[in-house]
Amino acid sequence: MRPSLTRHRLDAPGSRRTAAVAAIGPLIMLAGVLWAITQPDRLPLLDPDAHGFWSLAVEPPLLVLLAGIFFHRFIASGLIHDLCGSEVG
Amino acid sequence: MFATGFLVLAACLLAQAIVGDEVWNQSAWRRYFFPGFGFVMGLAMWGVAVLAAGSTIHLLAHCAWAQVMMLAGGAHLGLARGKLQHRFWRLTMPLALGVSGLAFLAHEEHGWLYSRSALVHHICGWTLVVGALFPLGGAFRPSSNFFRLGFAATFVVLAIALFALRDSGPVLGNVPSTARGAASR
Repeated sequence: MRPSLTRHRLDAPGSRRTAAVAAIGPLIMLAGVLWAITQPDRLPLLDPDAHGFWSLAVEPPLLVLLAGIFFHRFIASGLIHDLCGSEVG
Repeated sequence: MFATGFLVLAACLLAQAIVGDEVWNQSAWRRYFFPGFGFVMGLAMWGVAVLAAGSTIHLLAHCAWAQVMMLAGGAHLGLARGKLQHRFWRLTMPLALGVSGLAFLAHEEHGWLYSRSALVHHICGWTLVVGALFPLGGAFRPSSNFFRLGFAATFVVLAIALFALRDSGPVLGNVPSTARGAASR
């Protein structure tokens, strides 16, 4: 196995690692938005009378969007803060 | 909902591979998040085993699945806390993934193209069986980014497969109702 694949973290400068972590959430959000646009039938909210409670409560493209927001807001922000702190320290 | 959990988990594993263990473990909740999630999923699987067991093979598959998930989650909680030291405890993760994959495959009685549900079960089963190789390699080379990224990618594939699961969507010419009708003819 190549040495570059056996390091403890990806071999990239700190700013690139920060950018990579910061990009994960928006990419997930973008995937959710694109899915909603390409498959609007997966959004029962657009036709609420034709669906039951669970179909309305669980909207897959919106869940992807929410997953991206959750990761970016609650995980990536703290992680980037710690990453910047470790590089400064 | 499971798919959303797997997606967040995949994002966390990917971020952990990018920043490294040292930065990731600076926060206690991040250190315990993945093993704790696995342990809670194992507990929840007992409920699925009891409530969704349509047959003996379903019951056995879900019970085995619940046990290995709790074992892996508990062992990795011990590793994260420092109570467990031996690296062989890391082998509980490939065991959990392998058994979970075999459980998926064993309790799906239909072929790949029978219905969307059958297709998703086969995809998830084989993804988990193949994905078990990544934590297996990671147990012996814990610093390898190849194994870390492969482990994260396993959960990305699982999330996509589970998001694709839909009971009534037409796929490959079969939906459960028409498939049952065809079987009865």
